[in-house]
Amino acid sequence: MITTMECAVDAQSLISISLMKIHNSRTQRGGIKLHKNLLVSYVLRNARQVYIKEKYAEIYRMQQYEEVMTVCNEIQELNPLDLDAEDADNEEQARAACCGEEMSLCDPACHKGAAQSAAHVRTASTLLGCSPFEDGSKAAEPSDYRSCCMEASPVSHFDQFSADNNRHCNKTTVLDLDTHVVTTVENGYLHQDCCCNPPQCGQEAQSPGKKRKVEFGCCISDMEEISDFTAARKRAKREDCSYSNPDYTDTSNISNLISIFGSGFSGLLSRQADLEQICSKQALASLGAWTRAIVAF
Amino acid sequence: SSSSSSERHSGPPADGTRAGWEQVCRFQDPEPADLSMEEESDTRKINNSFLRDHNYATEADIISTVEFNSSGELLATGDKGGRVVVFQREQESKSQPQRRGEYNVYSTFQSHEPEFDYLKSLEIEEKINKIKWLPQQNAAYFLLSTNDKTVKLWKISERDKRPEGYNLKDDDGRIRDPSTITSLRVPVLQPMDLMVEATARRVFSNAHTYHINSISVNSDLQTFISTDDLRVNLWNLEITDRSFNIVDIKPANMEELTEVITSAEFHPQQCHTFAYSSSKGSIRLCDMRQAALCDKHCKYFEEPEDPSTRSFFSEIISSISDVKFSHNGRYLMTRDYLTVKVWDLQMENKPLETYQVHDYLRGKLCSLYENDCIFDKFECVWNGSDSVIMTGSYNNFFRMFDRNTKRDVTLEASRENSKPRAILKPRKVCVGGKRRKDEISVDSLDFSKKILHTTWHPHENIIAVAATNNLYIFQDKVN
Repeated sequence: MITTMECAVDAQSLISISLMKIHNSRTQRGGIKLHKNLLVSYVLRNARQVYIKEKYAEIYRMQQYEEVMTVCNEIQELNPLDLDAEDADNEEQARAACCGEEMSLCDPACHKGAAQSAAHVRTASTLLGCSPFEDGSKAAEPSDYRSCCMEASPVSHFDQFSADNNRHCNKTTVLDLDTHVVTTVENGYLHQDCCCNPPQCGQEAQSPGKKRKVEFGCCISDMEEISDFTAARKRAKREDCSYSNPDYTDTSNISNLISIFGSGFSGLLSRQADLEQICSKQALASLGAWTRAIVAF
Repeated sequence: SSSSSSERHSGPPADGTRAGWEQVCRFQDPEPADLSMEEESDTRKINNSFLRDHNYATEADIISTVEFNSSGELLATGDKGGRVVVFQREQESKSQPQRRGEYNVYSTFQSHEPEFDYLKSLEIEEKINKIKWLPQQNAAYFLLSTNDKTVKLWKISERDKRPEGYNLKDDDGRIRDPSTITSLRVPVLQPMDLMVEATARRVFSNAHTYHINSISVNSDLQTFISTDDLRVNLWNLEITDRSFNIVDIKPANMEELTEVITSAEFHPQQCHTFAYSSSKGSIRLCDMRQAALCDKHCKYFEEPEDPSTRSFFSEIISSISDVKFSHNGRYLMTRDYLTVKVWDLQMENKPLETYQVHDYLRGKLCSLYENDCIFDKFECVWNGSDSVIMTGSYNNFFRMFDRNTKRDVTLEASRENSKPRAILKPRKVCVGGKRRKDEISVDSLDFSKKILHTTWHPHENIIAVAATNNLYIFQDKVN
């Protein structure tokens, strides 16, 4: 049921292409075209859903694997000779269970394991407000983010998605236009910005701290249609990813991130500010490194 | 070229797709300097190597709309530079019967200029988005032309006489010294060279926040609608300082915006009915008698999406780019990126007919998204009897579908491939497997050559096709 596409459709590259289109539309003659940008935002949403789903499935699998390994290690640490028979039985069962589960988790091709992880993914997705996908068992391999097509999302309406994600206002996905790497920012801090221990997903009540709300659009913010459009994208869709992209470790790349949401800094910028002004030192210094990122919604 | 002695009916052929379409004339902007003095529109003279090798077309010359008037005598084009060019059909002449059906330039005028909205720091493009003719009521011709923000009513009239013999000024316009006037005379009208002049009679402005995508004249000939992304406004042709908003789909919170209006048109006979299409692939039929604000539709046409074809670009390709009522008022035709659909006004849940325009592009949507072609807005037209529908494609191809015989044909509007008066050869796109000699493969298609705008003569089998900066006029020789 997946439509075969001629080119490999990488959700991540679609996101970056779409953001570039939105960015370029700001400088197009005749003003921002509402219709075209609305259509681009649909592609962005679709690509993002696929990307989140793949990312989450991978992260969940890694998390499950680690938990299972921890349990197995703990069981192995106990001296088997000290246990009575019953405990030994339980222990063996537990070991078999966790190893079996571990194996199935490690092998997505296994139907049982896949079904389990699918159930987990679906449950977790529901909890997190993502639209449930019908066939979570088709989650991609951890290292492979490519998908030819997205699966049908029955409840993936634009506004519903927005409403669902409003519950979770502490995480945003950012895109580096230079490297086209998608990173997750949580609670206002990039993973790399924090010291040693990255906060677990949803487990710590981090102070929101930095401003998350970045307005999409342009520096020209007073017109009805432009301000409407920026307001439409004002509430960045939050997504829940517990870890940043593990490949993204170079914090100096943060300085290369550019913000296209200049109207969020309207107090600092003139109306006709171009991109260089948006990245002015003043703006950057006062709002922190991560806010220079482009927020994908 | 040999003069054709074939009989010509004025009615449509039995099978519109088996017609023999020949190129009548071709107009190119800019005209090469050595031809600008001549009114000869025979393509033999235009089609020379100079033009083929040097294409000086600028973006301003790209044709952005074409429209026959209600009699078919006039053909108007608008371009990206804000100009309108009106062509007139050659009158039938016994001495030169083969020239019947040719169109010559009748009038050229600058309709819209680029503007700058200082309040919003916005440049307003002068590109003519749509032209609609008013039915002729007197000797003059009237048309509405619109850019993104302003609609204008133009009067095109002929002047072939002028008054001469004034007392207070001489024929050059210089004021005469009253002391030299010894007798009075009555000015008389003297014949002069025909002059066609266009004057802006009304300017309908400041009613649209968003970009105007369509205009439509009501059958009552007193009102018209102009439509932007979120609103439809009703105007009286006589009143420019007021308009009524009859549809407003702007949500209270713009974050909830999920669709925009892409086109709207009045019913051809019922002056209280109009339809508008949306970016979500639906059409709403509204009755203005029900309420002042027609937000509640009386009919809603939508075909459920096929989940098996879902992709990243499903929303884009389902957006309707054009909606047209049939001449008899019983059907609606819509164009989305890959298909043309004919809807029966009595059946809302699915279209009556669906025609695949270029389904071979379905596997190329990703690259078409990257190069922005997926946002191209193709138009669609009915022939006079509503039996054949036509729409454009890429590579300067355009397609015709006969609704009765279910046959279809692909033709090409290009200089290289059409000799004047030669019958157009049907083209074929090879979608896979072995490519035949005359076929063209999908990968060889030129996506910069797109036919977005076409129009069909209201009574005869004459069509006008806009290919970038070229206007082609074809007529059916067989029938």
